[in-house]
Amino acid sequence: MSNVVVAMSGGVDSSVAAALLKQQGHTVTGVMLRLWSEPGKEDSNRCCTPDAQAQARRVAARLEIPFYVVDAKEIFRATVVNAFLEGYTRGETPNPCLSCNRHIRWEFLFEHARALGAEYMATGHYVRLKKNAAGWIDLLKGIDPAKDQSYVLHVLTQEKLAQALFPVGDYPKAEIRALAEQFGLSVARRPDSQDLCFLAGEDYRGFLQRHAPQASQPGEIVNRAGQVLGKHTGLANYTIGQRKGLGLASAQPLYVLGKDAARNVLLVGAVEELGASDLLADGINWTCGEVPPAPFRALIKSRYTAREVPGLVTPLENGRRAAVRFDAPQRDLTPGQAAVFYDGERVLGGGIAIESK
Amino acid sequence: MIYLDYAATTPLDARVLDALLPYFSGDFGNPSSTHRYGQRAEAAVETARETLAAILHCRPAELIFTSCGSESDNLALRGTALARRAQTGANRIVTSRSEHHAISRTATALEKDHGFQLDWLESDATGQISAASVEKVLSQDTALVSVMYSNNEIGTINPLREISGLCRKRGIPLHTDAVQAAAYLPINVDDLGVDLLSLGAHKFYGPKGIGALYIRQGTPIQPTQTGGGQEFGLRAGTHNVPLIVGLAEALRLADAEREARCAHLRPLRDRIIGTVLEEIPEARLTGHPALRVPNHASFVFKNLDGNLLVNLLDSAGFACSSGSACKTGNPEPSEVLTSLGLERDWALGSLRVTLGTGTTPGQVESFLSALPGLVEKARALTSLPGRGA
Repeated sequence: MSNVVVAMSGGVDSSVAAALLKQQGHTVTGVMLRLWSEPGKEDSNRCCTPDAQAQARRVAARLEIPFYVVDAKEIFRATVVNAFLEGYTRGETPNPCLSCNRHIRWEFLFEHARALGAEYMATGHYVRLKKNAAGWIDLLKGIDPAKDQSYVLHVLTQEKLAQALFPVGDYPKAEIRALAEQFGLSVARRPDSQDLCFLAGEDYRGFLQRHAPQASQPGEIVNRAGQVLGKHTGLANYTIGQRKGLGLASAQPLYVLGKDAARNVLLVGAVEELGASDLLADGINWTCGEVPPAPFRALIKSRYTAREVPGLVTPLENGRRAAVRFDAPQRDLTPGQAAVFYDGERVLGGGIAIESK
Repeated sequence: MIYLDYAATTPLDARVLDALLPYFSGDFGNPSSTHRYGQRAEAAVETARETLAAILHCRPAELIFTSCGSESDNLALRGTALARRAQTGANRIVTSRSEHHAISRTATALEKDHGFQLDWLESDATGQISAASVEKVLSQDTALVSVMYSNNEIGTINPLREISGLCRKRGIPLHTDAVQAAAYLPINVDDLGVDLLSLGAHKFYGPKGIGALYIRQGTPIQPTQTGGGQEFGLRAGTHNVPLIVGLAEALRLADAEREARCAHLRPLRDRIIGTVLEEIPEARLTGHPALRVPNHASFVFKNLDGNLLVNLLDSAGFACSSGSACKTGNPEPSEVLTSLGLERDWALGSLRVTLGTGTTPGQVESFLSALPGLVEKARALTSLPGRGA
């Protein structure tokens, strides 16, 4: 049996993760990150409100495991929040959960876990791990397709996977809820979290206006011919593929095709113009352990909520980047989101989309 | 686990437990009742009051029982400030930011809710409030002075006798929070010259939930909790008989064994202070090097998150606390450490190690062998890129 540090949130999933590990006989310690919130909104940060912390403490007490809070405010602001603001300023739609998992959970918190003597760090994510015949550790989707979180965990290296445990990935969510009852973790009843934690329940646009005002500067809406069709309210307020809310009078429906942050221009066009078959992804992590030697076919998920679609992935620059060619054009490829490559249940790798065409 | 946080609380002495247990169900009467159940309970409360009075060298009628040290502090400050102002018009309260929050936040509440004006005393680099600094701010308008006997975070003992001399000359009541001091320092109120003194039993091996306030006869004070006429009309509420008995027995033992306890603790404390300063780079003692309570060692370590160190210590089996005592992981240097003039990169890295009657030399040695490595670990984590300490 091992020393395991569990990253807890006060929610059901990480609470049951801790309980399962304890039941399996491990020596379990609970930790919770204290993340950054806007000054004055500390009480509403979804992940680490005083309330959530109190719940995590109650769970730890119920399980009779030690519990520590790790201050990550500064590093979270400096890495995750800054990248979020810079991404929007570049005209992208960043996914802060990815950088949080990579830098905060699996680097910063991981180092703390090791200092606490942990051989493994566990979280309440719905994914599974399995050693394959070649000796690599496969990151697999969670059993419950509706809860699978492998998309955000594609950032884990083999080194991290070798020291990771994901006890809830083997269960459907309903069973985790039932287990929570069985373990007497009735405090762990918080609803599933959806929004970005540091927005404290607020729409991201207001946050951007305060912290990255340049991403919220009004500018021109143009079509591919360069004709000015109207004014936009700030590039951050639009997503690729969006049709509603453009405020344009036009004979045919117009869609957001792209953003030119350098000129602060929103590009729109007809439905036929929408869609791209090619995507370039940067900063690839080959979750599977090694860079595939040749182009390979995969299912690609290009946003957290997107369906996986087939395509060809070509590793470039020794695997640092990858070119993706989709079998069919995709309407909503969005720079800043991750493209994650799957072989069935198995995550092969992924990186951040930097351009599409 | 090795417990090194006796300033936070102490375990109940088995002898105290024996003394108080009969009053939960056997002698359960209400001291305010006239029948014999009530008489037995009343006798227990009044015997306890006499025990305390003998130790404080005061009259029993100068002592009232409260629910804890914080309540005693609240009653002393609120009750006396308001009564003094009603009598004399004096409108200023003199205290310091290094007081326990039960004092400093009560003072700011009196400012906000009742229009009192506050004179904040500055401590010196050892955390001591000098008589001279008190003298500077005393005026005809001073309603009350409150200076703690010893500081909970850094252990420094204040020169109460000198301060009380100044107050007495001017007829200004002096309150002291002796919650931390009572376990180890003499609390003869005539020697100290104080007019009000707060106690909390759980700091000297008594039960939690019980405290006392000494009020020198003639000191203006009005109740903050009204109701039945218990405690000379100053603190309404049915007496907590078993805990009152426990408080008295615990203080009796602390007084009787004071010399022996101090003699046991002082060399252990000095061993910790000496070894830490010798073996850990960029470590400083906080508080006074000599005038400190005998069970108290406190430090700051440069470039280190004190909360993190406390977590690592706990994980390694040692229960200590940090000056920025905060379970929520939100590091802010305490007012006490800031008032010492420490820079932020030092003030965030505080550690308080407080010993007790149960502390053994072996425990101290095992703590001292673990600490340097844990400080190093905590420093490495504190300096991870992107993490501003």
